[in-house]
Amino acid sequence: MLQLLQRLLGKTEPDCSKNVAKERLRLVLVQDRCSISPHILESLKEDLIDVISDYMEIDEDGLDVNFCNEDKSLALVANIPILKMKRTYNKANGA
Amino acid sequence: MGEVLVITSGKGGVGKTTTVANVGTGLAKEGHDVVLIDTDIGLRNLDVVLGLENRIVYDIVDVANGSCRLKQALIKDKRFDGLYLLPAAQTKEKTALTTDQMVELCESLKKDFDYVIIDCPAGIEQGFKNAIAGAERAVVLTTPEVAAVRDADRVIGLLEAAGITDPELIINRLRPQMVKHGDMMDIDDIIDILAVRLLGVVPEDELIVVSTNKGEPAVLDNKSRAGEAYRNIIKRIVGEEVPIMNMEINEGIMAFLKKIVGMR
Repeated sequence: MLQLLQRLLGKTEPDCSKNVAKERLRLVLVQDRCSISPHILESLKEDLIDVISDYMEIDEDGLDVNFCNEDKSLALVANIPILKMKRTYNKANGA
Repeated sequence: MGEVLVITSGKGGVGKTTTVANVGTGLAKEGHDVVLIDTDIGLRNLDVVLGLENRIVYDIVDVANGSCRLKQALIKDKRFDGLYLLPAAQTKEKTALTTDQMVELCESLKKDFDYVIIDCPAGIEQGFKNAIAGAERAVVLTTPEVAAVRDADRVIGLLEAAGITDPELIINRLRPQMVKHGDMMDIDDIIDILAVRLLGVVPEDELIVVSTNKGEPAVLDNKSRAGEAYRNIIKRIVGEEVPIMNMEINEGIMAFLKKIVGMR
């Protein structure tokens, strides 16, 4: 009944169906665009290795980066096996 | 030298054929020489929407095979001297046409016409590849629905990968009343998601059904809201700057009464 009244009054609620549509589209497009161009994920992996290598030694072959769809949100999940921590941060030693 | 423009959407049923018929007719009405190519082989429809279904002798596959000359297959419109249709084949396979043949066809039509407008089939397979092969400019059509916008996004990606950059967007069948109530994505929502330039917005209009019944494009009907939107799109295609028309509609006596009693 309240919904009907609000509709008559032309109120837009945050949970109105257009926002549901937008949110669903946003999520589905993130996945679509990534699966269409796997090289995006590949170059992300390379960049990650570069950055992390400045701080620790990692197992590059065991590195796994993927998208994970959880209920209402999409997460980037990276599983990065560490071989050795570096004692000091030294950019020159990295990569 | 004319321009080759493809109208595509990915998803079926969003209004590609209707849009091609209206844009083509409108351009011809403004005095341009226009040829419309139906590339939906096996599901020919543009002839019916234009009311030219009884005049077809040869089709696009006949031209590609060399069974007839290009000029023989072109069907002249009933209303405008500058408007022609190259119909799709109805009884052949989609593979009856190759991208090379399509490029050749577009190149030769472009010499004689100001605008070569290609009606693309639904999907992203061979028919789609053929349709975009000879195109220089693309118009992506969508409706304000999740599935249609998703497919539009995919098609924009494929067009850009094929070297047709900066496709323009037409949002079709927008229902202003539903947008107002928050039950339909609005123009900004869709542009925000797809990040392309807007070519026009066509409101949902029952007169489209009437015009399709008769085989007379709505762009010729001064009472049609969709027709007005198409006339604006045509102006933008030829390079004029026209604002997006006001989508608000006169909602009739009930809305008026509600307004008076303060319900809105």
